[in-house]
Amino acid sequence: MTSEQIRDVVLRVLGSIAPEAAMDSLNPKVSLRDQLDIDSVDFLNFVIGLHKELRVDIPDTDVPKLATLESCVAYLLSKSEGQGGKK
Amino acid sequence: MAEFRMPSLGADMEAGTLVEWRIHPGDAVKRGAIVAVVDTEKATIEIEIFENGVVEAIHVREGEKVPVGTVLATIRTDGEAPRSPAPAAPAVEVPARVSPLARKRAEELGIDLATVTGSGERGAITRDDVERSVARVTRPAQPEKPSEDRQAGLRRVIAAAMGRSKREIPHYYLGIDIDMSRAMAWLAAENSKRSVTDRLLYSVLLLRAVALAVHEVPEMNGFWVDGAFQPSAAVHVGLAISLRQGGLVAPAIHDIDKKRLDELMREMLDLVKRARAGVLRSSEFSDPTITVTNLGEQGVQTVFGVIYPPQVALVGFGKVAERPWAAGGMIGARPVISASLSADHRVSDGHRGGRFLAAIDRLLQEPEKL
Repeated sequence: MTSEQIRDVVLRVLGSIAPEAAMDSLNPKVSLRDQLDIDSVDFLNFVIGLHKELRVDIPDTDVPKLATLESCVAYLLSKSEGQGGKK
Repeated sequence: MAEFRMPSLGADMEAGTLVEWRIHPGDAVKRGAIVAVVDTEKATIEIEIFENGVVEAIHVREGEKVPVGTVLATIRTDGEAPRSPAPAAPAVEVPARVSPLARKRAEELGIDLATVTGSGERGAITRDDVERSVARVTRPAQPEKPSEDRQAGLRRVIAAAMGRSKREIPHYYLGIDIDMSRAMAWLAAENSKRSVTDRLLYSVLLLRAVALAVHEVPEMNGFWVDGAFQPSAAVHVGLAISLRQGGLVAPAIHDIDKKRLDELMREMLDLVKRARAGVLRSSEFSDPTITVTNLGEQGVQTVFGVIYPPQVALVGFGKVAERPWAAGGMIGARPVISASLSADHRVSDGHRGGRFLAAIDRLLQEPEKL
C-alpha cells in the first residue's frame, strides 16, 4: 500500500471513533489524542480498527508509534512493507 | 397480555420520544431483545423488552413524545391465545424503518423522511440515504454539529441529578494511594502475549476490583429509596463516560463481579463507543448500582465525586503516576494511583468506607486473581 492509501485508512478509522472531528484540519505532527480529545478506550478501538482494516499486528510496545498522524502512517507503511505489501 | 411501557431511564426522566420501532404487530419477541429506540435529553437509547411473546399491537407512533409509563405496545406473552376479534387499544401503522442516525441527520438537514428511499436491511433508511437525498435536491449540507437542544437537555439532566445529590445526600469522602506496580507489570506482561483485539487496559482492573470489593462491603452497592437503603445483590457498575461535545453519561456494565477480564474489556470498549455515538440501551441507563469515574487521563490526581442518586457510592480514580513510595525501609519510585470514595452517610460510615477502599487496594495487589 502507498502512504496515501494508508493515510486514508487511518483517517477513516479515526472518523469512526470521533465522527464529529474535522479530519481535514488535523496537524500531522501533533498528538492525535490531544487533537481529537480521545482517551485510552477510544485509542484502543482505533488500534483495533487499524489492525482489522490493514491486517497488521500492532504489538502493545509499538502503540506509542501511532501517536501522531505522521508517525502512524510511517509505522503502518513500514509494517505493510515488512509484510511484502500484502493486504 | 403484557404492557410494554415507556421506561424511566433515570430519576429525572419525565418523557421520551419514540424514535424508531424495531418490531411490528405479529413479530415474536424475546426477553432482552431491543424493540424500540427512544430519544431522551441524555441520549438516543435502545429499549429492551423483558417478556417473551408476540407483539399484539403498537400504540405510539414514531416521532411521538410520551410520558414515562405510557403503554407503547401490548405483548401477547407465551402461552396466551391471540386477542380477538380486534385489539381494544387503537393500533398505529408502523412506518418505514429508519436508523436513529438517519433520523437525527434528517432532522438536522430538514429532510422529510417520506421522500427518502431506504437502501438498508428490509428497506431501512440509513444515514447515507438521507445524505444522498440532500445531494439530489442540491441543497448545501450544513456542517455536522452536536444539537444545541441535546446539549442543553444533557446539562439540564446533569444539573437536576447533581443538584438533588448535593441537596439530599450527606456525602463523606475518603482517599487512599494505591501502589500499582504489580498491576501494571502484570498488565504489560499479559498484553505482550495478546493480540490487539484481546488487549487489556488498566481501567478494567480497577472496575473489577471495585466490583469484588463490593462483596466485602455491600453497603456501597444499592439505592436509597423511600428513606431506606435497598442493597443490590447484583453488581452493575456505572462507568462515567465523558462525551466529546460536553457532558457525561454513566451507563452500567452488568454483573462485573461475575465476568472475566476479557469479557469485561470487550463490553467496556463497546459501551464507550456506543455511549459516544449516542446509542445506549435502556437497562444500561437504569441499572447502575455504584459508579466508577476515572479522570486520570486528564491528569487529575484525586477525584472528589458526586454520587448519582439514588445510588449511595461513587469511586473515583486519578492518574497513574510515578511517585516516591516507601516500603521495607526504602524509598523508590512506583506507579501510584489515588482512589477516592464518595459515600452516603445515611447508609455507611467512614470505617466501612475505609474497609472498602482497603479491599480495592488489596485486590489490585493480586491482579492475576482479578
